Amino acid sequence: MSCKLIFSWVQRQAKMFFFCIMLFVAHLKRTLVLSLILSEEKVTVYFINRDGRKITTSSAKGDSLLDLVVEQNLDIEGFGACEGTLACSTCHVILDQKVYNQLGPITDEENDMLDLAFGLTDTSRLGCQVCLSRDLEGITVRVPDRVNDMRRSDDTGPTL
Amino acid sequence: MHLTAKVCIVGGGPAGFYTAQHLVKVSDVSVDIYERLPVPFGLVRFGVAPDHPEVKNVINTFTQTAQHARCSFHGNVRVGKDVTVEELQEAYHAVVLSYGAEGNRTMGVPGEDLAGVYSAKDFVGWYNGLPRNSELRPDLSCETAVILGQGNVALDVARILLSPVDILKKTDITQHALDALAESSVRRVLIVGRRGPLQVACTIKELREMVNLPGTRPEMEASEFEGIAETLKSLARPRKRLTELLLKAAIETPGEEELERRNRAERAWGFRFLRKPLEVLPSTDLIRAAGIRLAVNRLEGDGEGVRAVATGEVEDVECGLVISSIGYKSLLIDPAVPFDARKAIIPNTMGRVQQTAGLYCSGWVKRGPTGVIATTMNDSFDTARTLLQDIGKGTLDVSTVKPGSQGVSALLEKRGVKPVSFSDWEKIDSEETRRGEIKGKPREKMLDVGEMLQVARA
Repeated sequence: MSCKLIFSWVQRQAKMFFFCIMLFVAHLKRTLVLSLILSEEKVTVYFINRDGRKITTSSAKGDSLLDLVVEQNLDIEGFGACEGTLACSTCHVILDQKVYNQLGPITDEENDMLDLAFGLTDTSRLGCQVCLSRDLEGITVRVPDRVNDMRRSDDTGPTL
Repeated sequence: MHLTAKVCIVGGGPAGFYTAQHLVKVSDVSVDIYERLPVPFGLVRFGVAPDHPEVKNVINTFTQTAQHARCSFHGNVRVGKDVTVEELQEAYHAVVLSYGAEGNRTMGVPGEDLAGVYSAKDFVGWYNGLPRNSELRPDLSCETAVILGQGNVALDVARILLSPVDILKKTDITQHALDALAESSVRRVLIVGRRGPLQVACTIKELREMVNLPGTRPEMEASEFEGIAETLKSLARPRKRLTELLLKAAIETPGEEELERRNRAERAWGFRFLRKPLEVLPSTDLIRAAGIRLAVNRLEGDGEGVRAVATGEVEDVECGLVISSIGYKSLLIDPAVPFDARKAIIPNTMGRVQQTAGLYCSGWVKRGPTGVIATTMNDSFDTARTLLQDIGKGTLDVSTVKPGSQGVSALLEKRGVKPVSFSDWEKIDSEETRRGEIKGKPREKMLDVGEMLQVARA
């Protein structure tokens, strides 16, 4: 065989070899980035329950605070009665001012249900409407007390 | 498993189920729920409007409770008739009365018995498939309907009367109600209250639904809202937002798009304030309602102390349908149970029935018939906590062995009463769901107790 033929054959093999190496490296990079993203999806949240006890938990997929309570089976009695459909106020939570400000605008529908929540504050939200993201890593969420009063002394609103 | 405490709950609605839910968290407590009808869930099934299916999601948590190892459901058992409260107290360590409010307040005016006059409780029961209201056959051939009362039940009734049938036909509203509404001539609904705009008892979600109801427009008198806008800044948030929305619907000039929508709307609704019913006026043949005579009020006092006072003026409104939505009312079901006839509740302290050891109550029969499901939920948890505390302190004696449901079953068998279990209900549930699927509805409710029992025993 001529030297020229051998040389071009070697060249082709080398090209293929380096091409495979590049494919392999690209795959490695993609997998690494993916796993970085996946691990970053976990968000740690601290709940302060009605009895004052702190519960440390983390979300698996960046769902809502209600999803988190349900998935992690947290012992918060009566939380999320309507299962996140904006038909009750039982997932009422109180956030820090900074966190509250970070979140998006509140819809009329959420505000309408918040109106019925006991102990409503300026940093209150419905847990079913607060979706976890990296920005909310390490937040503290307070579950307020409930009180059953038929006659409100400050006319917080109607009843049935 | 050594069972320490056997508890019996009378009533299979939200109060009963939430009380049971809290009690079974304690490992040596077992709970039996007795319900008059073969089907569970009370007002969640028979009260919540058909177009509010999300509110009924609580049925999922009730189902979990019913399927708990230490909880069992016994339907088709009428406490007070098939078994007495005293007999239940002998069979159980504690009895919790959670049977709600199956009566209603009456207007107490002449003409209330005319055809065309209904309580909201019966009208709601009719479109929601409550067996005892299945033969109501309300006459919807008139143009104007007047609803007395301005709470959420009144708004539910107004909304169901005016909703496009295309929306209703996809809900679990009963077929006979759907057929009647499809033929309905009702085009105008007035929602009348004794006091003013600041005293409406409905909540903003329901008001917003009226404002956004397709094919309808609001029609109200601006004069009835004089001075209201000025009060806004002093109101607490919930009342403020509600009043703002009310003012917007009632007196604000709408934008071009909304104006066009209103002009096209064929149905109208509106609040009327400061009006109290004096008499339902009969038709010429004296059989049915043809109008309602209202006393005109004015308001005295302010804040919580606002009172409606008659001015002496009177107003007649022509209408063929009158629905009084002025409150449900609890009834006495067993003479052995203390009952406050004036307040229509069981006298109690934190859920402990007065003067009767081992007897508790939760829900509307304890507090009166107001509040949403979550209110009853909190209240039921409170009663359950009280009961558990009493066990812990020893004031509720659980040391004797009690026969529980076995004792009651023996009595019921002797009396020819066959309870419906939760899995029997699941057969009814499947059949209703199957019938609904054919029509594109979540379910088609059975209206007859006999039919329910047949399917349950199949």
